Amino acid sequence: MEKSRPLWDNPLQFVFACISYAVGLGNVWRFPYLCQMYGGGGFLIPYLIMLIVEGMPLLFLELSVGQHMRQGSIGAWKTISPYLSGVGVASVVVSFFLSMYYNVINAWAFWYLFHSFQNPLPWAACPLNSNHTGYIEECEKASSTQYFWYRKTLNISPSIEENGSIQWEQAMCLILAWLTVYLCILRGTESTGKVVYLTASLPYLVLIIYLIKALTLHGAVNGLVYMFTPKLEQLANPKAWINAATQIFFSLGLGFGSLIAFASYNEPNNNCEKHAIIVSLINSTTSVFASIVTFSIYGFKATFNYENCLNKAMLLLTNAFDLEEGFLTADNLNHMKEQLMATHPNEYVELLPQIKNCSLEAELDTAVQGTGLAFIVYSEAIKNMEVSQLYSVLYFFMLLMLGIGSMLGNTAAILTPLTDSKFLSTHLPKEVISGIVCFINCIVGLTFTMEAGNYWFDIFNDYAATLSLLLIVLVEIIAVCYVYGLRRFEKDLHLMIGHKLSWYWKIMWAFASPLLIISLFIFYITDYILTGTLQYQAWDATQGHLVTKDYPSYALAVIGLLVASSTMCIPLGALAIFIKRRLKREHRSTVA
Amino acid sequence: MRGFLLLAFSLVTTAHAEFCSPDSQNAFKVRLSIKTALGDNAYAWDASEEYLFKAMVAFAMRRYSSQKTTQISNVLLCNVTDRVSFWFVVTDSSKNATTVPRGEVEAAIRMTRNRINNAFLLNDKTMQFLKISSTLPPPTESSVPIWLVVFGVVLCLIVAGILFLIVSGIQQRKKKNKEPAETKNLEEKCEVTVTIENGMPCDTLNLKTGQINGGYEADDERFTPL
Repeated sequence: MEKSRPLWDNPLQFVFACISYAVGLGNVWRFPYLCQMYGGGGFLIPYLIMLIVEGMPLLFLELSVGQHMRQGSIGAWKTISPYLSGVGVASVVVSFFLSMYYNVINAWAFWYLFHSFQNPLPWAACPLNSNHTGYIEECEKASSTQYFWYRKTLNISPSIEENGSIQWEQAMCLILAWLTVYLCILRGTESTGKVVYLTASLPYLVLIIYLIKALTLHGAVNGLVYMFTPKLEQLANPKAWINAATQIFFSLGLGFGSLIAFASYNEPNNNCEKHAIIVSLINSTTSVFASIVTFSIYGFKATFNYENCLNKAMLLLTNAFDLEEGFLTADNLNHMKEQLMATHPNEYVELLPQIKNCSLEAELDTAVQGTGLAFIVYSEAIKNMEVSQLYSVLYFFMLLMLGIGSMLGNTAAILTPLTDSKFLSTHLPKEVISGIVCFINCIVGLTFTMEAGNYWFDIFNDYAATLSLLLIVLVEIIAVCYVYGLRRFEKDLHLMIGHKLSWYWKIMWAFASPLLIISLFIFYITDYILTGTLQYQAWDATQGHLVTKDYPSYALAVIGLLVASSTMCIPLGALAIFIKRRLKREHRSTVA
Repeated sequence: MRGFLLLAFSLVTTAHAEFCSPDSQNAFKVRLSIKTALGDNAYAWDASEEYLFKAMVAFAMRRYSSQKTTQISNVLLCNVTDRVSFWFVVTDSSKNATTVPRGEVEAAIRMTRNRINNAFLLNDKTMQFLKISSTLPPPTESSVPIWLVVFGVVLCLIVAGILFLIVSGIQQRKKKNKEPAETKNLEEKCEVTVTIENGMPCDTLNLKTGQINGGYEADDERFTPL
């Protein structure tokens, strides 16, 4: 008797698993950046259009393929057509790359979380230098939060060539992160199903608390006004549309095989159409919600820095000209500056290079994305709040929940095909398979804990998944519509969900989404070709800010290898099957 | 008599001006930010406060050097501004017409800096002695870094969870392996009892083809031929 496939306890677990996977760090640190760069409130227009044209149809497609075939990505695509087994393998390879570097973010979140239990927070002030007369130079040139991130956390080297040694603190946090992931995936859907209740709901709780707090902060309104004033002229910029499409695509986590894996544990008659719409809407709403919080925090931080800048300028002038305390205020500063220039021209000119022009707009304009936003900007805002330890703990706990939720999906994408294969599942219990996968990922992930590790992290983050995923999803949608046949698929879905497919899905699958993905693909390739040499941002400790450097040749080779190893699986898989069949036919003809 | 007094007074003031002037040798500038430190409770800087300052500096000099001869009159203040900032210098009463060297004054002030700050309800930032570097307070460090403690707790919890799940998984699997063996034993027992109770000996049933129930024979035509 065949062992029955493990199932989710109830459909809610499935929805929560998808939400937990889709709602990840990208919603928190990428969407607000895009909103800021491409027209504020106006960016929502291309975003929503892309959601309807691209996001929902592709999500529904992956979920229905997984639920219908009831296997992981390799088995599912093999069933559709044996020549497509390469697509499944490519998905597994990309998921493998992703899980290698993604868990390092969880390690950083653990690190910051553990350090939040101190008073004062370690990134609140610069540490003293060796003879206790002042602060460490690197910290003075940059800021205390940047110093904590680049020096205390990463201990980053000046360039990617200088590898340095493994940082044992980061390595320990990485091992802890992998042990946590192992604990959650140990028993398959049994354990994952319970964990996703937490990883899906707790981030929303923290976001609500933060929203209430952020809206009460001084200066939050500045940030919100800045964000939501739509700059509609950005809609004419094609980059806005391309970035909206890219964001929807990667935010939902399409093409990794995780959604297929999750859906394969569903009951066969689960209404995945309804769930696809729910998950994609919740994902987009969370992005907008998170950006409201982020922009309130931006506004607070920008106002704080602006007022600091003004105070510094006022103090400088008060000390230089021995004016009475409180004589200079924010309102009369400009007027008094002119007066002082008139009365004491020589001394004023001497001071001029030290007096910075303070501008609230300039502070709000500093757009940051990625790890810089999450770990530098947010921690800077948190250190200025009262009861900063509490908010720090909440925030990094939320980052951890988001990260672990996404990791559950990534590891499911790798483990489901492995446990589906009869060879492995008969010889090894699934606990051992999960353990081996986690162990291998952990060992490889230790490279990201070296001093140059963050540069390699950026390579993986930028290049491991982008092109490959576009190709994978393009092949997927063409396979389902034209190789398997849209009519045949429609009939299968009719059996599964119980009602006929609406024309909207059919049009999107057959025409709109493939065209969109092809245009994205062309855009990315031309962009790579046009930019020529690839560059990266390196931290210069002597100057206290980032500098741009070129990648050395071996780094470029690694990038090429990353992209090639996943994309080549598709044609190689087809070729392998073709050769196998050819050999079988020849063998049969020689035998007969 | 009056002329003599006038002469003496003018000599003192010129001497005063000689020793204490901005940027003169061995003079230090002091800058106070009373309003920033105390807000509404700020006191006004007047002659009495200056007297207290002179007394504190004289106290610092006495504490530092073995010679306990520094008087309040040895401390000279000048150029008081609205900021509040002023210059001061300490004259040496033992040697005529000289000022105490810079290094000594600096060391003396550094030693008793805390007392001086407290006398004026200020701190190192709001009472600045320019060109005297203040010793910043060392950060409070505990012997075991706090983050390691939290890390250890979380690590133990997670490892305990993993071990619990693995062990319970092994136990569950052992139970499942035992069950088929037990049910097999039960089936054999049942077979033995059934044959005895039913009255029908097992041997007659031991036909390879099995028994054909005549009631269903007519339905044979319903089945499509293979």
